[in-house]
Amino acid sequence: MAKKEVDDRFKKFGTVSFTAITKTNDFISYLEEGKVMGTRCKECGAVYFPPRSDCVKCLHSNMQWFEVTGTGTLLSFSELKYGPVGFEDDLPYTIALLDYGDYKVFGRISQEIPYEDLNVGMELKTEFNTLPNGQLNYVFTRP
Amino acid sequence: MQKIQIKDINASIIASAPEYDKQRSPAGVIAEYLGLIPQPTFYIESVCSSSSMALRVAYSMIKSELHDIIAIVGFQKMSEISSSESQERMGRGADIQWESPFGTMMPAYYAMYAQAHMAKYGTTGEDLAKIRVKAATYGQINEKAVYRKPITMEMFTDPESNMSATVAKPLRVGDCCANADGSSCIIVANEEKARAICDKPVWILGLGAASEAVNMAGRDLLTGLSVGIEAGKQAYEMAGVTPKDIDVAEVHDCFTIAEMMAYENLGFAKPGEGKDLIASKETYKEGSIPVNVDGGLLSKGHPIGATGGSQIRTIVLQLRGEAGEMQVKDPEIGLIHNIGGVGLYGNVTILGR
Repeated sequence: MAKKEVDDRFKKFGTVSFTAITKTNDFISYLEEGKVMGTRCKECGAVYFPPRSDCVKCLHSNMQWFEVTGTGTLLSFSELKYGPVGFEDDLPYTIALLDYGDYKVFGRISQEIPYEDLNVGMELKTEFNTLPNGQLNYVFTRP
Repeated sequence: MQKIQIKDINASIIASAPEYDKQRSPAGVIAEYLGLIPQPTFYIESVCSSSSMALRVAYSMIKSELHDIIAIVGFQKMSEISSSESQERMGRGADIQWESPFGTMMPAYYAMYAQAHMAKYGTTGEDLAKIRVKAATYGQINEKAVYRKPITMEMFTDPESNMSATVAKPLRVGDCCANADGSSCIIVANEEKARAICDKPVWILGLGAASEAVNMAGRDLLTGLSVGIEAGKQAYEMAGVTPKDIDVAEVHDCFTIAEMMAYENLGFAKPGEGKDLIASKETYKEGSIPVNVDGGLLSKGHPIGATGGSQIRTIVLQLRGEAGEMQVKDPEIGLIHNIGGVGLYGNVTILGR
């Protein structure tokens, strides 16, 4: 009998991934195509980022993927000079939250933007990124 | 407390956050060590607010008349792992699928709240430093505190001082509490037993508890903690009091910005005016609303599961007039604000004599 294949695609997400088997592993396949995707409920239209596979508003599980496009407003950010175990090689890095109106995106600011140039309220876009260790994530860059 | 024997305690609740030490299911180990078997014992976890959540559970167990005397033991043993290892554990207190892979940790999340507070209200690093200076004023006279040295405003701008070193912008070492080993114990009893075993019982007047989205992406408020507002509202309503009635408070100052937001979320100051409250020293012992006059987490250290119990102890001592050098003048009503994670869980407890 053939060994059952395990879908562990999510192990590729972030500098250190803490989970491999999730209901939203297609997110990683889209990311490999350069697309950052959220989900939208086909029943009630609720929009989710991070993506969910089940709708908490209408309790259906009929979701479709949509791409995060355009710009979001920078709500807040912090540059880390000290990091958790496993993230030392990335230091310093800046975590941040963008507001897209219908949803928000948490992630990192691109290393190309100096910290001094960041301001709450500025517009940034979300972009696929490959980390130096080969892992995948997304970063916020200038539009 | 000689009027009570171990056998009189008919249940125990053990509160801590997992993974800082290797012991799984610590309730059994602690109950055995304290002689609290064969009575029921179990574990309650809401990270940093675990022991306040345990008080909420104990209250309902006593109100239901299932038990009449309960011990809440909060603890944390953090010294067996390094600081960066503990930040990894704390980072995993956030959503491990979507946020922890970006390298999150508690100081950085609170720094995002500080950044948003500064952008909206013009709060400065100097305003935050004032909170640490207050904490150190009382940490020096609290023999249970981990950090007992004086701290001055100048240290926050002196590059030679460790206090000025950046952890996660805009927060500096001086804005952060320290990891610590610690434990706390609160004995909760029904009215009849409490009067029989205790000369100065302190009464639970109000209990509030709330939760918020784990993901920052699921949150609307970044200049305050919604759980502090909601839990506070519930506790004030249950106790039938307003913020003006609070004579002494313990708030969750894991970071200076956390205390600043607590002033505003609990109604001691209007949103954005926390900086004026600390500038006018109203939260000092002699002020209109003394806050963290035991030095707070910033001085005591923050042994996660023990912290709520330690805050409760401070208010109990204050209401009994037994707080020594830290005693506030004749308080009748005290408040405890205990937050789990980055505003993920919130408990507010109001006590009276």
